[in-house]
Amino acid sequence: MSTETTGPALKMPEKHYLNATYGIRSWLLTTDHKRIALLYLASVTFFFFIGGFFAMMIRLHLMTPNGYLLTPDQYNRMFTMHGVTMIFFFLIPSIPAVLGNFFIPMMVGAKDLAFPKINLLSWYIYIIGGMFTMWAMINGGVDTGWTFYTPLSTVYSNSEVATTVIGVFITGFSSILTGLNFLVTIHTMRAPGMTWFRLPLFVWAHYATSIVMILGTPVVAITLALAGMERLFGLGFFNPAMGGDPILFQHLFWFYSHPAVYIMILPAMGVISELIPTFARKKLFGYHFVAAASLAIAVIGFLVWTHHMFVTGQSTYAAIAFSFLTFLVAVPSAVKVFNWTATLFGGSISFDTPMLYAFGFLGLFLVGGLTGLFLGCLGVDINIHDTYFVVAHFHYIMVGGAVMGYLGGLHFWWPKMTGRMYPEWLARIAAFTLFIGFNFTFFPQFILGIMGMPRRYHVYPPEFQIYNVMSTAGASILAIGYLLPMIYLTWAAFYGEVAGNNPWPATGLEWTTQSPPLTENFEVTPVVTWEAYDFHNRPDLGLEVPGGHGPRIVAPAHGDD
Amino acid sequence: MHRTGALYGQFKTLEQQKDTATLGMWIFLVTEVMFFGGIMLAYAINRHTYFHAFAMGSQTLSLTLGTCNTLVLLASSFTMAMGVWSAQTSRKQLLSIFLILTIILGFVFFTIKYVEYSQKFHHHLVPGKSFNIRYCIDNPGKCEDISADDLREERQNLEEAERADPNLNAHAQLYYSAYFGMTGLHALHMVIGAGLLFWLLRESFRGSFDATWNTPVDIVGLYWHFVDIVWIYLFPLLYLIDRHK
Repeated sequence: MSTETTGPALKMPEKHYLNATYGIRSWLLTTDHKRIALLYLASVTFFFFIGGFFAMMIRLHLMTPNGYLLTPDQYNRMFTMHGVTMIFFFLIPSIPAVLGNFFIPMMVGAKDLAFPKINLLSWYIYIIGGMFTMWAMINGGVDTGWTFYTPLSTVYSNSEVATTVIGVFITGFSSILTGLNFLVTIHTMRAPGMTWFRLPLFVWAHYATSIVMILGTPVVAITLALAGMERLFGLGFFNPAMGGDPILFQHLFWFYSHPAVYIMILPAMGVISELIPTFARKKLFGYHFVAAASLAIAVIGFLVWTHHMFVTGQSTYAAIAFSFLTFLVAVPSAVKVFNWTATLFGGSISFDTPMLYAFGFLGLFLVGGLTGLFLGCLGVDINIHDTYFVVAHFHYIMVGGAVMGYLGGLHFWWPKMTGRMYPEWLARIAAFTLFIGFNFTFFPQFILGIMGMPRRYHVYPPEFQIYNVMSTAGASILAIGYLLPMIYLTWAAFYGEVAGNNPWPATGLEWTTQSPPLTENFEVTPVVTWEAYDFHNRPDLGLEVPGGHGPRIVAPAHGDD
Repeated sequence: MHRTGALYGQFKTLEQQKDTATLGMWIFLVTEVMFFGGIMLAYAINRHTYFHAFAMGSQTLSLTLGTCNTLVLLASSFTMAMGVWSAQTSRKQLLSIFLILTIILGFVFFTIKYVEYSQKFHHHLVPGKSFNIRYCIDNPGKCEDISADDLREERQNLEEAERADPNLNAHAQLYYSAYFGMTGLHALHMVIGAGLLFWLLRESFRGSFDATWNTPVDIVGLYWHFVDIVWIYLFPLLYLIDRHK
């Protein structure tokens, strides 16, 4: 904890959203966005450990070149179910449905999301989709890869493709409804004075994410519906035997599934944009550019999908255009990284756990992003396509980026969500364990990829073994790094030190109310008179402003309010 | 959240609540556009590649029934719009009448669609193992609902199309994949719309809607019009391919 004030011992507020009502019905039928966020937290954590189990099986199997643990068919099922679980049931809902759900209404100064019942409905849809997928797993799983490429998935596979596809299809609607809810909330529910350019960048990031969710998810829904109907009823769009085009499936699938990467990473970027100003105690450098970069990533992200398909025999001219656009999407991402780094310059930096995750994110996202450029480069991609280089690249983005952001955000807001602090030193150790374990797991895979080890194979030549053993060893460290926060955060929710309203202190509206918040979030609707991350005009934070300017005239409102 | 009259607790004013609901429905309709967009893309690519099969498939559809259904849906959009107007002007009885009319027109659509679908099943024009584009031409006795003149014309068209595309039987299945996929999804949306209309009707009988609060009528209206517009696209895409001969 970075606050130096040691006043009288803090007490938990008497009334808050956790003790407002009791009983199982008060949770399963709640329309409170904070409780729904906790329902999501429990369910995505469950799926994370399911997906983690599959990952562990893959890594254990790959310890030896001939892999004694699993049969080839089982191996196919393991990596498929790892991908399906982690992408559709963990990464896509994780930050938006947990942290976004909890904090977007509070950050804009609203009592709840615009459509609380739809919010609950989206959780139920997610659970129903999850049940279909679990059912498929229990029944033997699915072996097509998470991409469900046709005609393998529609004609040849002998696994539970239809059930899985139905599960993913259903879950898509949960994502659509969440995105819809966020967009409408950000448009119509902002408190007086909360203009568009006073919104925290976490909200901007979710605005961009929501755009991707509502425009992309319906396309994958119809694509999977068509593939499912093809398998069940014999429709023919993707079946070459009937003249259909399997490549069309890939186009439609990646039209969503590439932007889906931005559904995973944009919210994490939003978290980082909150963490860095808070722990550098400095206004974020280039607020408008970071906000615009989120939107730019969302828009350009829709125009790069065929870079997954450079080896499908598409026209060279199309490939060149998509390669160019892929390079282009790196520009707004780089703008963000530069602005975060520039924010650190001259800041008063404290190394609390959330900040450690933010630093971890910066480094890992940088590696993941730059190796993405290798893959977007036509000539290089032909060489390393479908190798472990790709696997390492997207794990650096998704685990190194999205999951680091998620955990950083969880630590940052845990005192707000539960009213209690986590044990700081244990958390720092866990953050380091994660960082080390992560790099140990995935850096050797870059080397494996360059050496030519293809992904999704259950055997490999013996000369690759050393790197695979390193990767498996790293994965074990990584597993400990994930188990630790789960244990101590749960412990802290009940027995941690009482946190108080604003332990860091941070500038967002969510920190102006009690922790844990009331069911209505605020006692009275707040009126916003300050810019985002403005530590200068906030006497309520109790900070001595370095080089103090004294009270300044509050910046005039701009925007459309 | 607590509710005060029609105002839900998370909102400050009824106006804000209505703006929010309307924006929510518009955004939902955007997702629907993307949803139908995916299947329309698949349609467009296949129609471009297998034009003869698509034209042949289109000519097996009944222009009369299709046109009827288009008119029925246009009429239902009109009655729906009148329903919204009735709600906005507090004409409570009129609202119920227009809602009932809209529901009736919806069911007329379902009935005609049912007739069309069952014809396709009888004529072996459903994608799958028993699909046979020549079924009616080879077994005229089993397709008594097609007149001899039409059959003769169909045979002529079919032979022409088979000359242009020797694998016509396979590719025609793609047309019927599009036909059943697109009209099936559209019909599913109609079913959901009909369910919403029944709910509105129940509320309307209770007198819930008037000039101060009619948001549900408004946004269900938006949805209903959207579903109609989808049909306005489906009709030419599926029924009117190469009909000028």
